Amino acid sequence: MTQAIVELKDVSKSFRSADGNPRLVLDDVDFTLRDREIVALLGQSGSGKSTLLRIMAGLIEADQGEVLYKGQPLYGPARGISMVFQSFALFPWLTVQQNIELGLEARGVSTEERERRAEQAIDLIGLSGFEGALPRELSGGMRQRVGIARALVVEPDVLLMDEAFSALDVLTGERLRDDILDLWEERTIPTRAILVVSHNIEEAVLMADRVLVFASDPGRVKYQMNINLPRPRDPNSPEIRGLMDEVYAVMTAGRVRSHKPHDAQGGVPGEGEVERLRLDERLPEADFSRMEGLLERLVDEPFNGRADLPYLGEETGLTDEELLPVADALALLDLAHLAGGDLSITALGQRYVAAEFAERQTMFGQQLLARVPLAAHIRHSLLQEPSGEVPLKPFLDLLSETLSAEEAQSVLDVVIEWGRHGEVYAYNYNTDMIQLPESEQAD
Amino acid sequence: MDERKDGSARPSPLNFFPRQVVDASGNRWDWALLPIVFALLVLLAYGARQMATPYELGHEIPLSRDLSYLPYYLLRTTMRMFMALAASLVFSVVFAVLATRYRAMEKVLIPFLDILQSIPILGFLSITVTGFIALFPGSLLGVECAAIFAIFTSQAWNMAFSLYQSLKTVPAELQEAARVFQLSGWQRFWRLDLPYAMPALLWNMMMSMSGGWFFVVASEAISVSNQSIKLPGIGSYIAMAIEAKDLNAIGWAVGAMLIGVLLYDQLFFRPLLAWADKFRFEEIGGGQEQSSWLLTWLRRTEHLQRVPEVFSHALQRSNVWFKRQHDGTSIRSRNTPSSPLLTRAWDAVVAACVLIAVWQLVNFIHSAVGWTEVGHVFLLGFYTLVRVMVLIGLAALIWVPIGIGIGMNPRLSEKVQALAQFLAAFPANLLFPIFVVGIVHFQLNPNIWLSPLMIFGTQWYLLFNVIAGASTIPTELRYAARNLGLRGLLRWRRYLLPAVFPSFVTGAITASGGSWNASIVSEYVSWGNETLVATGIGSYIAEMTATGDFPRIALGIGVMCIYVMTLNQLLWRRLYKLSEDRMHF
Repeated sequence: MTQAIVELKDVSKSFRSADGNPRLVLDDVDFTLRDREIVALLGQSGSGKSTLLRIMAGLIEADQGEVLYKGQPLYGPARGISMVFQSFALFPWLTVQQNIELGLEARGVSTEERERRAEQAIDLIGLSGFEGALPRELSGGMRQRVGIARALVVEPDVLLMDEAFSALDVLTGERLRDDILDLWEERTIPTRAILVVSHNIEEAVLMADRVLVFASDPGRVKYQMNINLPRPRDPNSPEIRGLMDEVYAVMTAGRVRSHKPHDAQGGVPGEGEVERLRLDERLPEADFSRMEGLLERLVDEPFNGRADLPYLGEETGLTDEELLPVADALALLDLAHLAGGDLSITALGQRYVAAEFAERQTMFGQQLLARVPLAAHIRHSLLQEPSGEVPLKPFLDLLSETLSAEEAQSVLDVVIEWGRHGEVYAYNYNTDMIQLPESEQAD
Repeated sequence: MDERKDGSARPSPLNFFPRQVVDASGNRWDWALLPIVFALLVLLAYGARQMATPYELGHEIPLSRDLSYLPYYLLRTTMRMFMALAASLVFSVVFAVLATRYRAMEKVLIPFLDILQSIPILGFLSITVTGFIALFPGSLLGVECAAIFAIFTSQAWNMAFSLYQSLKTVPAELQEAARVFQLSGWQRFWRLDLPYAMPALLWNMMMSMSGGWFFVVASEAISVSNQSIKLPGIGSYIAMAIEAKDLNAIGWAVGAMLIGVLLYDQLFFRPLLAWADKFRFEEIGGGQEQSSWLLTWLRRTEHLQRVPEVFSHALQRSNVWFKRQHDGTSIRSRNTPSSPLLTRAWDAVVAACVLIAVWQLVNFIHSAVGWTEVGHVFLLGFYTLVRVMVLIGLAALIWVPIGIGIGMNPRLSEKVQALAQFLAAFPANLLFPIFVVGIVHFQLNPNIWLSPLMIFGTQWYLLFNVIAGASTIPTELRYAARNLGLRGLLRWRRYLLPAVFPSFVTGAITASGGSWNASIVSEYVSWGNETLVATGIGSYIAEMTATGDFPRIALGIGVMCIYVMTLNQLLWRRLYKLSEDRMHF
């Protein structure tokens, strides 16, 4: 019954990769933002959530499907939709007051009116006294306050927050979140809906009425969860921890192949084995030293081989953005097992931790060849060359057919790093060639 | 003299004046700056009036080598340079905005600018002079315009290119913020694009001004229809001094030029740089804060500082007039994708024009000059190429070790870097006559001994870039090198040379470009009625300009263009890319 403010129907978006093949970033996404709700979008890097946000902001055009704002089609940035940016996007040569007045000035609001409304916003957000300061004089938290004030002063219907707190330290981020939620609850701001894109699962669960988890390749809504708890929410309460666990479980589940999102009533989805990767699929961006460190921590007290992911994140000080890829990588190489939001070490993992450096390398290499088809393919192609080296570029071309240029490069970076560590092949930066590892090179 | 802000009464003669007069009198900074402002206005008015004196082609303009005329000549030359700078600024803005907003224009404009950059200035002058004179019959203004245009061509290209580069690299988030908050094109240009580009633009303006001095002689002593016109200015003064073999006069002229540079540096550029400090975008690492006494005084005045505020008020009002009329929900915001047919048609038109131009050029060369001449000119270009490369190599051998040594010593590096920048800006060709005297006296071979002149002014670019590069070597790297005991050849090979390689390449690119430009005035140097010629394309162009052989001028310029552009593509761009990929921190 509540009115839909922004609607996306069957929205698809492709980007052209290097050789012209279109790559699907968003696939038939349906999304509605209603009155008086805060929605959080979660997903791993590259899952298309930022693209979705920018389509709603009118910065990118959807290739297919409809984008409606208050029932009207959206062709570009709308007056009633404001955005807060991850790296603040303040104009360094304008003072705090001038930055905040920017949107008003662009609309032609008179000087006195502008100053009055800017003063109001400054008081509201807690920047009094800093009107004449330049952004370079402010700390990160203050700068984001300016960004928020700038977005709120134009009295938008929809506020979009693009990872607004990820560039801030934990304490400052929490304070800002609480301030915004206060303004929302007390209806001090006329904003009717807020969309939060984030990497931080706790933040999403504390803020939102609805949490959507995005899958990647291609991006679609994997899972949707409604949260009916009143705000302010206690992060240590059992209900919140339960919800967070659920989200972790969903985000670490294998690649889901079904079309429509699961609902919270269906039980926790996605338990079981990680399915085998395709050759050109994205690899979790985790370096092996972190992987080893996490594994060793897992074996130690207080986990003793099994850990609740959010708890593990707190203990190691890793953010969700850092923790999830490492856990993913460990599960991929069968050194640990991801299920229901918990990470538990496998028998192989136990042997790995107990082994010496040389044996660890061998095990790592074996698992790499067994579980990552791309690494096996590289090694296989290498062994066929009489010269003992094969160029990297053909692999890059292969990946570029389904991934974008940067993604292809980052997959190769990961597989090269892992391959070097496992001593299954070596890489010469100068000549851009994959070579046999030192130990196998003929003298 | 004390000022009380509350304006309370105190026993003084000021008490007997009406309130408005007392309040309106301004503070002591107003009084201190007023003489400077008035003096500038008077000078400007006088100079402007002199520029439009009546003149007929063929008349002799009265000039004198008397020292007392030097300040007046300095005024005229400086005015010309500033007018050319203003024209360059307008050109750069129009060029950069067109090239960034319209993809079709970009395809044409950027290569066009590349070519224009490679054409030496003398080339422009000979073509445009007659046109300008016809524009203003009966007045000196036509010739003035020709001179200003000549200076413009030495200033505009790097400013246009720098502005274009800045507009293309505006950070994506700021662009998105500008769109989300409904900034129109006009508002975006004045609030985002231009402020972002300001530091680089100002730096390029300073470089352009010093570039203008290099050709001041050539731009003020113009020849048209075998007649030579000398406009009143420092350039003509020096030209006359060279003809009369008056070394003293040249010395005085150089001194006057230095005073002029000092004056406009303090009164114009330093205040601008200090003001532009607020546009410094933080990611570009910390430079020092510029300070200017003039700006500080201006900010302390009560009334005079309101004068620039007129501009900011006008800007704000214009921002309101040119605001966006409709937002993203209106049908007017709908993006119609550019039809591929139209893009292909445009590409075809451009390609056709290029082919026609090349055909005309080949025809022209064939009929007017003949292919043997073309081969000969290419050979001359090759000689000059050898000179440039050898000289850059020699300069590198000398200045890179010195530069590294100075750069690693923080106290020394600041002072020497400023000195080297000044030397780079100084028009070295004003000192060439001294070299000529030496070469004639010692009966030396001009082919070898005129060559250093080419690099004389441009070697300082190498030096100050290497100093800058060496001073930014991270301290931790230095400690690590000391700790590991790196010595001798190993220290140079593995540590020092790779560390300064990027800055060396930047300096070498500028030095190479400057040397080509300088070849025209350094391979063909005259002193009195003696002329020394070194075999090369620079002297070829200079000789042909002196005799007015138009087809051969065009040929020489064309061949030099080809050499410069090929060298850029094959050598400098590759080296630059190498340094970007492999050797930055």
